[in-house]
Amino acid sequence: MSDRFSFSRLLAVVIKELRQLRRDRLTYGMIIGIPTLQLILFGYAINMDVRHLPAAVVDQAQTQTSRQVVEELQQSRVFNFNRALHHAGTGEAMLRRGEVKAVLIIPADFERRLQGQRPPLQLIVDGSDQVVQQAARQIAQFPLRGATTTAAVEVLPYYNPHRNAPLNTVPGLIGVILTMTMVMFTAIALVREREQGNLEFLITTPLSSAELTLGKVLPFVAIGLIQTSLVLLLGKWIFQVPVRGSPLELYLAALLFIIASLALGIFISTLVRSQFQAIQAAIFTFLPQILLSGFMFPYEGMPKAAQWIAEVLPLTHFIRLARGIMLRGAGLADLWPELLALAVFAVVLLGIAVARVHKRLD
Amino acid sequence: MSTDNAIETHDLTRRFGDFTAVDHLNLSVPRGQVYGFLGPNGCGKSTTIRMLCGLLLPSEGDIRVLDLDIPKQAEALKRRAGYMTQTFSLYRDLTVRENLEFVARLFGLSRQRTRQRVEELCHRYHLEALAGQLAGTLSGGQKQRLALATAVLNQPELLFLDEPTSAVDPQSRRDFWDELFALTDAGTTLLVSTHYMDEAERCHQLAILQRGRLMAQGSPERLKADVDATPLLVATAAPRRAQTVLQALEDVRSCAQIGASLRVLVSSPDQLPAVRDALRKEGIEGKVDITDVNLEDVFVAATHGHTEGES
Repeated sequence: MSDRFSFSRLLAVVIKELRQLRRDRLTYGMIIGIPTLQLILFGYAINMDVRHLPAAVVDQAQTQTSRQVVEELQQSRVFNFNRALHHAGTGEAMLRRGEVKAVLIIPADFERRLQGQRPPLQLIVDGSDQVVQQAARQIAQFPLRGATTTAAVEVLPYYNPHRNAPLNTVPGLIGVILTMTMVMFTAIALVREREQGNLEFLITTPLSSAELTLGKVLPFVAIGLIQTSLVLLLGKWIFQVPVRGSPLELYLAALLFIIASLALGIFISTLVRSQFQAIQAAIFTFLPQILLSGFMFPYEGMPKAAQWIAEVLPLTHFIRLARGIMLRGAGLADLWPELLALAVFAVVLLGIAVARVHKRLD
Repeated sequence: MSTDNAIETHDLTRRFGDFTAVDHLNLSVPRGQVYGFLGPNGCGKSTTIRMLCGLLLPSEGDIRVLDLDIPKQAEALKRRAGYMTQTFSLYRDLTVRENLEFVARLFGLSRQRTRQRVEELCHRYHLEALAGQLAGTLSGGQKQRLALATAVLNQPELLFLDEPTSAVDPQSRRDFWDELFALTDAGTTLLVSTHYMDEAERCHQLAILQRGRLMAQGSPERLKADVDATPLLVATAAPRRAQTVLQALEDVRSCAQIGASLRVLVSSPDQLPAVRDALRKEGIEGKVDITDVNLEDVFVAATHGHTEGES
């Protein structure tokens, strides 16, 4: 290297970089794709104001006024009380399954309570979801006509009565961490065999592509389960995050999610040509997952189209499973649609990926 | 097709888009010999080897290797053939022993057999002292010995070696060839691609390839005897000037400086006076004699006149 800084040499490197970049069509696409995706996601899909949270109502009073109150609360559009139930117990079960986010209970002595000191309305909310807690607080301010108390609605945050924030984030965090490591590691690991020339030797041995692929990802299944345990243990020790449901079922859900994420990683590795591209592609799938899955921003605040996309992403389903099992004490029997979605995702992607892993060089 | 040959191809062709890498190749490789592929880079050596192994599909033509139909029976071939790639294709972040053990497991060797075979190969290829060392830290010659050890781990009947000595010093190359002959003694057929003349000279049979086409095939002796060209040695004090003069002559097929003299390839001995005259006319003092044919002459004679449009 010469002792003086040369701008023509600098320019030579800059031109070389731009030329290489232009040849790398995937990187080129990512340069455009990642900001576009982020802008659209942040701009359209992410909205902290939630609307139409699914909710149930248990009207034990069945009076003119009680029906009117439900009607008025419905007008606020925060909750959508479209399930009318007879028993509070049914409402709680639906809450546990994640079918509704809140249950409004109008006690039989509603009319009398309006004149008394006790809050005439009870709103049981799913405390495992921070967004729902916030929405419930809005409703609590609701002025009730003819009521003597200012706090007309008593909010009962189930599952997280102390509004402990880590309780809401830790279950989702397991999913986020698994997504990051599983997708990126497998995507890179498989491409590395090709990049370093190992693949050319391997395909002359009796090793089949299924054996190679499975052998490469199996260690990551173990790594994923270790990571899950680590987050669970740290969450319990440091933040007192419980596992209220069955730990075995939680691990089963994690296992299925790990397989789905590995399938995504393998699929990426069949599309890219270098480790660098693999990292970019992994980030490309990671972004919508973290933004749309309900981990960071409320699913209920998203427009329909974004919600459909979210339904395709494995992280969305895993976060619902993790919150359900860990915080609401739900079982896999309650949450089977989420489990089914993960299984379908894993099978479809793994099928495509294995079909794409060629055992030839062309 | 006869079973005396380890490899037979008929009109083997491979195209990449508009480019024809291998062009109607007809090869017959006898068993138990070292068969050399001689040709410049890009002549289709690697592409041909890859098709013979079943790694690449031919665009046209038939391949029979060890009486198997390739690519249809490529999986069966994988158990009977070894392949040493042009670039080091083992794991740099595994040790010598770990690499060998990995390949042994791929071929389904039992634990005891694996230990035995790894021991044998380390001994035979002088890797004992290096067994615990990471493959990435080996020298060129050591890497090549490790690559050969893994390629023969399964005791293949046929071994493909794609420019095995391109990153190796001359002493290692000589040792390496001794190992190759040891393998043929044991009955293994070897197909070696090279662009070194001294290596080509060692082969039992040679195929000279250029731009995907077979230009000549036979033993080095046979090829030298059959060459339709005569090499002349021009000893002169002004080789550079003499070269310029001679290259302009129509009958001179090639002209290369070797130290202080020139090696000139002409079509027949009758052209010797013409060469002398041309030099004399330009006032260049020189002694012109007919010399023995070497393999380089064969190569030049076989490939010259077919180089138009070369990039």
